[in-house]
Formats: sequence, structure tokens, C-alpha cells
Amino acid sequence: MIIELGHFALVLAVVVALFQMIVPMWGARTGDVRMMATGEPAALAQFILLLLSFCALTYAYVTSDFSVANVTANSHSAKPLIYRISGVWGNHEGSMLLWVLILALFGALVAVFGGNLPSRLRANVLSVQSSIALAFGLFILFTSNPFLRLDPAPFEGRGLNPILQDPALAFHPPFLYAGYVGFSMAFSFAIAALIEGRTDAAWARWVRPWTLAAWMFLTLGIAMGSWWAYYELGWGGWWFWDPVENASFMPWLAGTALLHSALVMEKREALKVWTVLLAILTFSLSLMGTFLVRSGVLTSVHAFAVDPERGVAILGIMVLFIGGGLTLYAFRAGQLRQGGLFAPISREGSLVLNNVLLTTATVTVLVGTLYPLALEGVTGEKISVGPPYFNMTFVPLMVPLLLAMPFGPLLAWKRGDIRGAAERLAAAALVAVVVMVAVFAMFGRGPWLAPVMFAIGVYIMGGAISELAYRAKLGLVPFAETRRRFWNFPRSVFGTALAHFGVGLMVVGITATTAYQSEQVILMKPGESREISGYDLTFRGVAPQRGPNYREQVGKFEVHQNGAFVTTLSPSKRVYDAPPQATSEAGIHASWRGDLYTVLGDAQEDGGYSIRLYFNPLVRFIWLGALIMFVGGAVSLSDRRLRVGAPRRSRGFAVAPAE
Amino acid sequence: MTRKQKRGVLIGGGVALLAVAAILVMFALRDTIVFFQTPSDVAAHKVEAGKRFRLGGLVAEGSVKRGAGTKVQFAVTDTLETVNVTYEGILPDLFREGQGVVTEGKLTDAGLFVADTVLAKHDENYMPPEVADALEKKGVKLGQGATHPGNQ
Repeated sequence: MIIELGHFALVLAVVVALFQMIVPMWGARTGDVRMMATGEPAALAQFILLLLSFCALTYAYVTSDFSVANVTANSHSAKPLIYRISGVWGNHEGSMLLWVLILALFGALVAVFGGNLPSRLRANVLSVQSSIALAFGLFILFTSNPFLRLDPAPFEGRGLNPILQDPALAFHPPFLYAGYVGFSMAFSFAIAALIEGRTDAAWARWVRPWTLAAWMFLTLGIAMGSWWAYYELGWGGWWFWDPVENASFMPWLAGTALLHSALVMEKREALKVWTVLLAILTFSLSLMGTFLVRSGVLTSVHAFAVDPERGVAILGIMVLFIGGGLTLYAFRAGQLRQGGLFAPISREGSLVLNNVLLTTATVTVLVGTLYPLALEGVTGEKISVGPPYFNMTFVPLMVPLLLAMPFGPLLAWKRGDIRGAAERLAAAALVAVVVMVAVFAMFGRGPWLAPVMFAIGVYIMGGAISELAYRAKLGLVPFAETRRRFWNFPRSVFGTALAHFGVGLMVVGITATTAYQSEQVILMKPGESREISGYDLTFRGVAPQRGPNYREQVGKFEVHQNGAFVTTLSPSKRVYDAPPQATSEAGIHASWRGDLYTVLGDAQEDGGYSIRLYFNPLVRFIWLGALIMFVGGAVSLSDRRLRVGAPRRSRGFAVAPAE
Repeated sequence: MTRKQKRGVLIGGGVALLAVAAILVMFALRDTIVFFQTPSDVAAHKVEAGKRFRLGGLVAEGSVKRGAGTKVQFAVTDTLETVNVTYEGILPDLFREGQGVVTEGKLTDAGLFVADTVLAKHDENYMPPEVADALEKKGVKLGQGATHPGNQ
């Protein structure tokens, strides 16, 4: 019964989406205030209906209702509760429902908090947002319905892929979707602006915080996925340039560019045409990511061609929205008034540089991701584009971006003083050079680029601190004055500094792990010891164990450092009951210096085991960096929330239309 | 600088950067991509010794021999032709005789494939798509599984 209610709610939500797509926009065209006003209740109704539908599916999973085909295919009654819940979005149908739910959530948020938006803009935005929801709602109903029943119902489900039964991965999809579906807001605002043929102050003031929020979630979502891959896949790697990873990374890169160009538009009313284009492109990349992951085209171009229903449907949706958006852009972008002159050396100039580099980098990732698919589609030749490609293309584009990054916040709007900025960064650069020499002296081995990248990371962190020190006039005025200034900074200043600091930390972590990782693949018999990066590991043998829904062979390692006992590590090999599948669980000892990472291999005939040992120096900094970027975004957003809706100073009143 | 000159700087810079990126991409695509071959391709001398490629197929039944340390020898077959492979390291959890496998490495002059990577796959029904396609072309029917959690 609850399942049928959920199904019915989904159908109703699609009907509401159809209404919401047409009526408010029609009202905006004809100037009918009542029609425009239907947008908000419709957006709320759509969200509530989808939420009911999602809850119904969750209920089916929690109660293990195997009469629902989707539950049977992806769940098992012996699974712990948390994985029964995360199983809802651990499959195609459920995750598409989550996708649309988050889309509707953003629409509902516009309805709730959009009181201060011009009513015509709001009506258009809600209509555009709803058109996306309609397309994906129909997609779910016709090709990926999670509410289909089985008769007779089986006694037991087939279970969730065990490597997905993991806390980090349970929450990875919701964060990821909140991120890349969140960019739909920027898209809807861009399309609404093009429909109206103008953007005003309210536009950028809205788009930037929403883009920022989406970007934060995407940052965290990607970081969670990377962390999961690191400890779960048992290869000690944290990023594989896998097409599925690239699918979420491309919207992140474009979204990062959008975040910065929206800043120029908000503060200086410049780069309007570009920002609108970037908003369309960012969400287009989100749609493309959805297509790549959901259509099965990555698993096999061949499989896609054989069972094309879903793939073609998503491809159609993608072409409709990207093509439609870009066509509208081609016709209407000329009407957006340009404003705000600036010199190449200025805050705006630095943000333009950021945008150019980020979008170019996005294109290189795009080529690396799509080229194998295109080649296979055209010639049938199969190739793989791996990390060497991205190291050759993406990394060289990041270096100038990273070098220029600390300059941006130190340059003034309109016309900046690059020599002054360089002087303020001198201290950071000096520290960076010292670190570079020290790193080089300590680890003469390894690629020469590593100490340089290390230095760049340190320089970015130093640059972020220097900026705060400069603004607080540290050392130039009495300390009490510095402190007063420090606490009176707008929050966005802290946000920027934190986010940039996080990037620097991440660069350090990536460099250290990539260049100075130690790896040993060895055979060990119980009782034997091995030394790696200052740790002494003693292998104590392997014992079988029984988990809630798996059996495992658990290895025991005692870890000593300088003769003192540190910890016991227990990497294991698991075989799950349903589906019967083998996984490796790494035994990890994490510390600030780096992670000691152990993987248990196969038993040998002589009683030994093959063992893989890694030491990944500073690997934590990668995810800590991402977390700091997230926090930076949150701090900046808390500033915005106070100001959105507050009356703008002088100029704002003159520009804002009196609708 | 006039507005026009500024725009020129911007556009010029942008175009120059795109050109640099295009050159990087072209070189990278020429030098870093790895082709996928089946044992039949190898038997037909489609690949020269010393060139890096991916060899995919099924692990031949009864072919896995463990040597000293973590050295392993096995054979990869597409049911028509077979190539002998050596690998030093830990094999992935799902490496089994009769199952699909993708290895990456180089061919020696003697026709032995020295792999430095044996791809880890997550699902025991999993058949690397390249292998499945290649085998299907040769008339061998196989099921398909997922490769990455995102594909679930």
C-alpha cells in the first residue's frame, strides 16, 4: 500500500512539474501576477510529493519488502540498517529518484527564500527548474521505475554490492548529488536571465551563494569518494582518473570557475555574458556526468548499443537542455549589457585568469574522458586513457593557476598593484623556498618536480595567511588594532583564505603521497618482521572470523616504532554471503606523518602470505584540504546569508527594478 | 590601454592558452594512451615487442603457477589463442582461473607478456567490457557485471 502511495506521489509530482513548467513562465510572459504566483506553491508541492515518494521507497528498503523488484535486486534482510537505507540510492532507480528529489529541493528553496527576488525572475527560474524535474521524472517513470512489484515475491533479496557497504560511501551519493544537481540553480537562473534578456543585481547576488553551496557539497562528495577508494579498494591510491571520477570532477572544475566569475559579476557587474555561459556549461557537465554514469556507456559502448533505452533517454534529455540552453544563449546573450571596465592587472583580471585556466583544464579532462568512447564508437578500437595523460595535460595547467592564486585576493578591483602584491607574498615565497630546499635535501630521490610542487603548496598556504596579515596590518599598527581588524573582517575574507589554504594543503598532500610513497610487496610467514618508513611490522598470522553478513580471514600485524609498541593492524580478506563476493579490507594506521597501509594477499603453499605494505606520507592532507575548502565555503556562505535580502547600498536601489 | 586593446590582451591570452592546451593534449594522446589487444591480436603480430598495451581475456584453466616470492605465471586466452604472462605482485581478490582479466605491460621478443598491472575488479560476475566484447565477437557468450560503484 505504501509502495503504491509512493508511486502515486511520484506520478503526481510529475504532473505538478508539468504545471510548474508552464504556468509561472506563461504568467511572466503575459505579466499575469496570479499565474506567476503559482510557482512557489507548485515548487513546494513538487518537493513534498517527491519526498513522500522517496520515503515510501526507503520504507520498502528498511522493512525489506521483497515484493518490490528494486528492493529484491539491491537489498538483503541480513544487511545492517544503515546499508538498507543507503541501498535506496545504491542502485540506478533509487539514485535517479534521489537526483530528482534534490532538484526539487533546490526549487523549493527558491520558493521559500526567494521572496526578495523580482517576481518575474523567480517565476522563470521556477519554471526552468521544473522543466528539468519533468524530464527526469518522466525518465524515472518510463525507464527506471523503482516501484515495480514482483509477483510472487521472493523470500530474500540479492543484496548490495559489498564494496558499497561502507559508511563513507553510504553518504557519498547524497553529497555528490547535492553538489552537481545544485548547479541546476545556476543553470535555471542563467536561462531565466536569457529569457528576460537581462541580468540585474539580484541575479548575481543569488547565483553566487547557491553555486557556492553546490560547490561545497560537491567538494565534500568527491573527497568522500576518494577517501573511500583509498581505504576500500586496497591499492593505496586516492584518485584513479577513472571516467566515473572525472564525471564529477568536471562539474567541480567548471563550478569553481563559475564561483569566481560570479564574484566579478556581483561586485563589479562585469563578465556577465561569460558568467551566464559558464552557468549553462557547469550544469551541462553535471548532466553529462549523469549520462556517463547512468547510461552504462562507460561499462561498455557495446552494451549501451544493445540496450539503449535508458542511455538514449538520458542522452536526449542532455541534448535538449544543453542544446536548448546554448541556442538560447546564442540568440540572447548579446542583449546582456556589459559593464565594469578593468585593467588586466586587477582583481577582475586575476579572476579571469582563474577562469581561463580552469575551463581549459576542464576541456583537457573532458577530452581524456570522452576520447576513448568516441574512438571506440567510430573505429571500434579500444584504448585506455590513464593517469599519464592527465599528468601531461591537467597538471601543467594547474601550475600557473596555483602560482597566481595567492595574488588574486591581494590585488585591488579595477586596477591592481602587482609589485605590491608580490612584496606581500615575499615572506610566503621565502618559506616555500626553504621548504623546497629542505625537502630536496631530505628526499634527494624522486622526481625533481616534487620539491617544487611542495613549495607551491606551502606558498599558497603562506599566501592565504599573508593576505589576512596584510588586511589586519599585522606589525604596522599596534597589536590590539590588528586584532580588532582581524575580528571585523567580512566572513567572506576568512572564507577565501580558508579555501585557498585548503588547496595549498591538498597540493602538499598530493605531492608527498605521489612522489614519496613507499611500497613493498613481500612474502611473510607468521613471526617474521619487516621495516617500512620507520615502522617495524611483525606478522602474527591469520585467523578466520565471522561478521554480520560476511566471513573473513584476518591478518594480525604488530607495529613498533623505535622499539615502542604503536598499534595492531588487522587487514582482512572478506567473502560476503549475498552477493558472494570477495573484498580486501586494508589495515591502516593513520598519523600526521602519513598512513601505514597494509593489505593481506593470498596464502602461499609454504604457510606464508603475500603482503602489500605502503607508507603514504601526508596523505591525510588531501582530504583535510578538501574539508577546509568546504569549511571555507561555509564561512563565506554564512556571511552571504546575512547580506542576501538586506537592502543594498546606494547603487543597488537605482538598478533594482521596481517590480 | 583602450578597451579594445584590453579585449585584445584577453582574447590573445585565451587563444594562446588554448593552443598550449591543445598541443599538450595532442602529445599526451599520442604518447600515453594504451591500446587493448586480445591474445588473437598478439598471435596475428599486431603488436610489436616492447610496446605497452593491455592484454585481456580469460585466465586459462590450470595455467596459474606461483614462482619464487610473489612471482606468478599464468596464461590469458580468448579461447582461440593463448599468451603466457608473468607478473610480480599481489593478484586482485577476484583473480581466478576461468575468469576475465585485464593485464597491462609489454611483450618480450620471445612472446612472453610481462605485466606490471593486473586490474582489480569488484564483482565476481564481472567481465571486463573489452574482454566481453572481444569474446562475443568470437562467438563466446558471457554475462556482464558492474565495474565501478557509480555504475550500479
